[in-house]
Amino acid sequence: MADDKDVLRDVWFGRIPACFTLSPEETTEREAEPYYLLLPRVSYLTLVTDKVKKHFLRVMKTEDVEEMWFEYEGTPLKWHYPIGVLFDLHASNTALPWNVTVHFKNFPERDLLHCSSNSVIEAHFMSCIKEADALKHKSQVINDMQKKDHKQLWMGLQNDKFDQFWAMNRKLMEYPTEEGGFRYIPFRIYQTTSDRPFIQKLFRPVSPEGHTLTLGDLLKELFPAAICAEDEPKRFQVMIHGIEPLLETPIQWLSEHLSHPDNFLHISIIPAPSD
Amino acid sequence: MPSSLLWAVDVYGRVYSLSTAGQQWEHCRDAHLEFKRVTAVQQCCWSIACDHNIYLYVHASEVPIRYQEETYENQRWNPVDGFSDRLLPSDRWQWSDITGLKHQPLGDFQLPSENWEWEADWYIDENFGGEPTEKGGWTYAIDFPATYTKDKKWNSCVRRRRWIRYRRYKAQDTWVKIPSEQTESLPDPFNDITCGGWEITEEPRGCLALWAVSLQGKVRTQFFIQSCRGSVWEEVPVPGEVVQISCGPGDLVWAVLWEGHLLVREGVGRDCLKGSSWVTVESPSPGVGVVHVAVGVNVVWAVTKDHKVWFRRGVNSHNPCGSGWIGMVGEMVMINVGLSDQVWAIGFEDRAVYFRQGVTASELSGKAWKVVSVPRDSERSHSSASASSLQSAGCFFGGEVRLQSQASMLSDADAETERAGGEVVPTPEIGDAPKPRIPKVTSDSFISELVSDREGQISRRDVPPAGPSIPEEDHPEKELEDRASPAQVLSPSQSGGVDPQWSNVDLEEAQTHLTSGPGGDAAETSSLSSVATYNLALEEPYGLDEPPKWAWVSGGGCLVECHTQLNWFNSSTSTALNSSMQAMSLSITPAQTAAWRKQIFEQLSERSKREMENFMHYEQAIEQSVWVKKGTMQWWRDWKPHKWVDVQFALEQFSGVEGNKDGILFIYYTFNDEKKYLHMFINEVTILVPVLNDSKHTFAIYTAERTKQRWPMRLAAATELEMHDWLALLSVSCCDSRGIQGPPSKQAIWSVTCKGDIFVSEPTKELEASPYPTPCAQMFWRQVGGHLRIIESNSLGVVWGIGYDHTAWVHTGGYGGGFFQGLASSTDNIYTQTDVKSVYIYENQRWNPVTGYTNRGLPTDRYMWSNASGLKECTKNNTKPPSPNWTWVSDWTIDYAVPGGTDREGWQYAADFPASYHGNKTLKDFVRRRRWARKCKLTTTGPWQEVPPIPLSDITILPCGPKSTVEQVSLWAISNKGDILCRLDTSQTPGSSWLHVGTDQPFKSISIGAVHQVWAIAKDGSAFYRGSVSAQNPAGDCWYHIPSPTGQKLKQVSVGRTSVYTVDENGNLWYRHGVTPSYPQGSSWEHISNNVRKVSVGPLDQVWVIADKVQGSHSLSCGTVCRRLGVLPMEPKGHSWDYGIGGGWDHITVRGNAMEAPRIVMPSLTDNQTATRPLQTSNQPEMNGNPVGC
Repeated sequence: MADDKDVLRDVWFGRIPACFTLSPEETTEREAEPYYLLLPRVSYLTLVTDKVKKHFLRVMKTEDVEEMWFEYEGTPLKWHYPIGVLFDLHASNTALPWNVTVHFKNFPERDLLHCSSNSVIEAHFMSCIKEADALKHKSQVINDMQKKDHKQLWMGLQNDKFDQFWAMNRKLMEYPTEEGGFRYIPFRIYQTTSDRPFIQKLFRPVSPEGHTLTLGDLLKELFPAAICAEDEPKRFQVMIHGIEPLLETPIQWLSEHLSHPDNFLHISIIPAPSD
Repeated sequence: MPSSLLWAVDVYGRVYSLSTAGQQWEHCRDAHLEFKRVTAVQQCCWSIACDHNIYLYVHASEVPIRYQEETYENQRWNPVDGFSDRLLPSDRWQWSDITGLKHQPLGDFQLPSENWEWEADWYIDENFGGEPTEKGGWTYAIDFPATYTKDKKWNSCVRRRRWIRYRRYKAQDTWVKIPSEQTESLPDPFNDITCGGWEITEEPRGCLALWAVSLQGKVRTQFFIQSCRGSVWEEVPVPGEVVQISCGPGDLVWAVLWEGHLLVREGVGRDCLKGSSWVTVESPSPGVGVVHVAVGVNVVWAVTKDHKVWFRRGVNSHNPCGSGWIGMVGEMVMINVGLSDQVWAIGFEDRAVYFRQGVTASELSGKAWKVVSVPRDSERSHSSASASSLQSAGCFFGGEVRLQSQASMLSDADAETERAGGEVVPTPEIGDAPKPRIPKVTSDSFISELVSDREGQISRRDVPPAGPSIPEEDHPEKELEDRASPAQVLSPSQSGGVDPQWSNVDLEEAQTHLTSGPGGDAAETSSLSSVATYNLALEEPYGLDEPPKWAWVSGGGCLVECHTQLNWFNSSTSTALNSSMQAMSLSITPAQTAAWRKQIFEQLSERSKREMENFMHYEQAIEQSVWVKKGTMQWWRDWKPHKWVDVQFALEQFSGVEGNKDGILFIYYTFNDEKKYLHMFINEVTILVPVLNDSKHTFAIYTAERTKQRWPMRLAAATELEMHDWLALLSVSCCDSRGIQGPPSKQAIWSVTCKGDIFVSEPTKELEASPYPTPCAQMFWRQVGGHLRIIESNSLGVVWGIGYDHTAWVHTGGYGGGFFQGLASSTDNIYTQTDVKSVYIYENQRWNPVTGYTNRGLPTDRYMWSNASGLKECTKNNTKPPSPNWTWVSDWTIDYAVPGGTDREGWQYAADFPASYHGNKTLKDFVRRRRWARKCKLTTTGPWQEVPPIPLSDITILPCGPKSTVEQVSLWAISNKGDILCRLDTSQTPGSSWLHVGTDQPFKSISIGAVHQVWAIAKDGSAFYRGSVSAQNPAGDCWYHIPSPTGQKLKQVSVGRTSVYTVDENGNLWYRHGVTPSYPQGSSWEHISNNVRKVSVGPLDQVWVIADKVQGSHSLSCGTVCRRLGVLPMEPKGHSWDYGIGGGWDHITVRGNAMEAPRIVMPSLTDNQTATRPLQTSNQPEMNGNPVGC
């Protein structure tokens, strides 16, 4: 059987084919061709769309250009969620490529954060990692790292360097054997049906009795509706990186192998397709 | 870690054992008697039964306990009869021992007891000091006693020959009564027994000392060279009446006097196992005598009459009395110290077995008592059915314990009613020591009292201030309450079991309170709290938990180390550990775990296909770029004067044209104020070697060119961690650039350095091409975690290793481990590996006429404390373990097992330094030296799993062809005592157990060839061929003695497809001539080369050696990997050497590489050759051979 490390690679090298089209509301000098790109699932929209911006700017006047933002079927896409999460949440079970509309005007202030430069993404990314390590190791590991180590994590993500990133990230994934896992699992549960941005609570990988807790245990506690009885039709899909792991999967294993580079396990819960 | 046993006796005298790998007490059913004492060592267990006789239980082992009986047949020549048994009246007996003084005809030999059996009939020993003798085994001399030779000379007037016969101990895995030889008029049976002392002598598991106390308080002792073959009891005078005695693995012997004082035996040593005198040590608390003492290697524990536990400070072999007592927490009735000074005890209140947690070499007193709570096997049977239905591995263990509680109540209640009258063991009482508080009541209330007691202690931890204030009057009611609602009492017992991590202070507090009465509402509090956390409905059906009550425990055979995983404690930590193990190693419920794992693998690849397959022509969002890692290091300058200079070190990695990764190493240095750099391409690096020493964290980088020049690039990192980070990164980078990933292939060539580091290389087809193979300097080696001395493999991927401590390891199929973490290592087949080796230093002295031998040498002499060469000063204090990864595990001891022998104090004498040393002092000697040894231990990780139980010194695996479909692979091995062993493994699983192959003498090297030719080298340097070994008869039938090359003692052998090569002790490599299918023993030895340390012959008859003194090498000259060039089917000897990586290499195996070279050269000829030389073992014993046994 394949090794657990192959999972890390598969997760890292997950790509979503996307077709960027300029919103018809934008004024252009000539017709804008759509732009096709393979987006890394684990990265952030604004981090990997320089080429998209360049492409559309060629057909636009400088004065018509404000901050670029993206929208899918009327929903503005939050750049600070990993690309894979946005796709799973809004567009899974649809035909590929993913049709993303590009806007340069009417920035939806209520829905999106501004992203003036990559340093904003970096700050967001690092704060996620720090938060995750606070949950996992009381921040001990991340605080022991040097500035250059933090930089290595970020550069790894920015330049799509799996080895560079994991050379450092593995330290964040360690835990004392006798404890059987992290202190708490850093996870976020997203859903389309609610106004809450996401669910996040303290959850340990091992029960007080010493049992290994599973994805099912997590959902039972935080989103019981996602678990359906055997005879019921499935109401929700529980997606992580575009796949639906079995509910028996230990949550600790998921956290170690299916977390995004920000060290969070992002779980999308979407209504099951009706057919 | 092989499992070992903890022995215990319960209050009814039943003996149980608990395996370190197990989770239940196994009843020793064989014993129809009740026992009162047990004392265990690893290979056996002694006990005193209620009939006051001593019984012995020897564990069955794959290597039988054998004893060689020998006698000599003597003859004298006379002109009439020639040689005949008519001797002169002044001569010795016709049948005698070796000295000739004792008459011993064959018929006089009797089996010592019914527990022995003869292995075969008497036969003549035809091996004379490693040389085969003429038929008949006679050796000749001028007269008795004299020097014997194997050749008859004109003046040989007498001759003798040796007859040998083996007897074997057969009473294994059963209790055997040891007949007592009562000499006194009044019987004085034994009351206590203890076993130890095996570490005093250097022989592996050497002499056992048995000390016993009689009912009248007398001490007797006897000593065993091999278990089961003892001397006689010898009385040791004592100044008083002894009630109990304890002896440790080393030289500690302590005894308890009737009055409560302690006796310490002084003068116990290698030459005087019995010791010389007793010294009295006062009881720790005045007025309260000691009732029990237990000693280990460096510790002494005692229990006083008030059940307090004491630890003796400052005990070691120089100061067996120690320096002072420290009071410990806990109330115990007895205490026992096992291997590695681990401590077990039996609690006073609950009669449970406790394990002292956290005992390490640096913290001998440990941290806390932890109750061993596992069910007994009789109880387990009740619950097995329901237990197996529990699916979740996480709750498996907890569930088991709960289930047993009901059963235990049932069975014990029965037992108690049955035995109510007799009541326990008639314990011969120890003075006025408090009788063990054995329950006189059998009702539930007592049981619940016990339970609630324990709960009280534990829960007190949570509410310490509340505890002591509980009014005592509460407790009768409480008892009633308990009786009324047993279920309520039960639940706390669950919660109590969860986490009995008592901190020292709290326990003391709890204990003082508890002696005044069982904790009243404490139980209530805890039951409340447990109600809150546990599902009561689930607990209820299982009823009351009655823990077994123990009387005696012995951990003398039980090996527990800090990394050992014990499943004896049903606490949250251990179960959490279990579950994490489960998640990591998938060992507990593979099927179930595999389901979710498989699902993830499948879905991920499905996802990649769905989302990427049709879109690969899309542009990537992130362009690949160069990645650089920089650091500072020190570099050993390439030119003179060589020195360490500070450099900037950078690894630049980039994707090559075809997507494969590559990189360049840069070293930036300053020379004459000028900034310069040198670089090295990652794809040219052939090996990265860590050169850990105590002063610097250095490693060496080789390329093919640098291997040829024997001049690696040497770098030093600031810290060990930094070095390991760099090594792991560089290693991944090198593997990436060569497209190597994952585990080693089945064909891999393995090697081991003299530091025990393991390297593996993937052979290419061109490696064995002829006539122009890839030079072996170009081979790429990558490191694999672990520490081994020997490694052997075959082409089916069976790989075994042997550690310095003789532990056998099998390759799990993984890679990485050690400092390779994360990506450079597999995750699910890496295990902890330990190794122990000795560090040696020499004490040197010179004789002068005034003071004799002193440590004042001549100014020109070597250091008075030095290494073997005398060039480096090595004192006891400044000598460090080989690297920071090693820690000392023993003290410095004199090493008597030095080649050349020593005198009684370990000295070896010589005329001057350096010279050859001998063990006895002569007039010509002016200097002497002795060797000191100290053991150190390494704990690391690697893709290796231990194969218990027999420690090995050599191993060989049947080599197979490239497309072999052999299902079972023969393995032959030599145990550390020199026994030959054989087994059949399948390529997937190391399955079966060892089969012992009888020999007359200890062996040291063995090798099996492709058609089951087995060759072996005995410790005396002679070679043997095993006849009739085949797939059908894997153990063969007899040994043929093959004469060694003249005047040489052989050291090692390796057999390939047809070739047989040996190495002798002087470094000569020999090829066996004339080996044919019908005559597999061959005819003569041909000298091939000198300066060879080891040879490995592959399945294609490739010859690889580890050579010394390779040309062009500098300080690391010894131990270079070399390959024989020009080896062809018709020219198996080859013609010259090709030099590879080195020095510092110790072992290589090419026996996995069965990849035929590309057949460009003379394909037809090669084919013909192999076709015309099919080698099959003949099943007929050869006439010219020398069968010496069967």
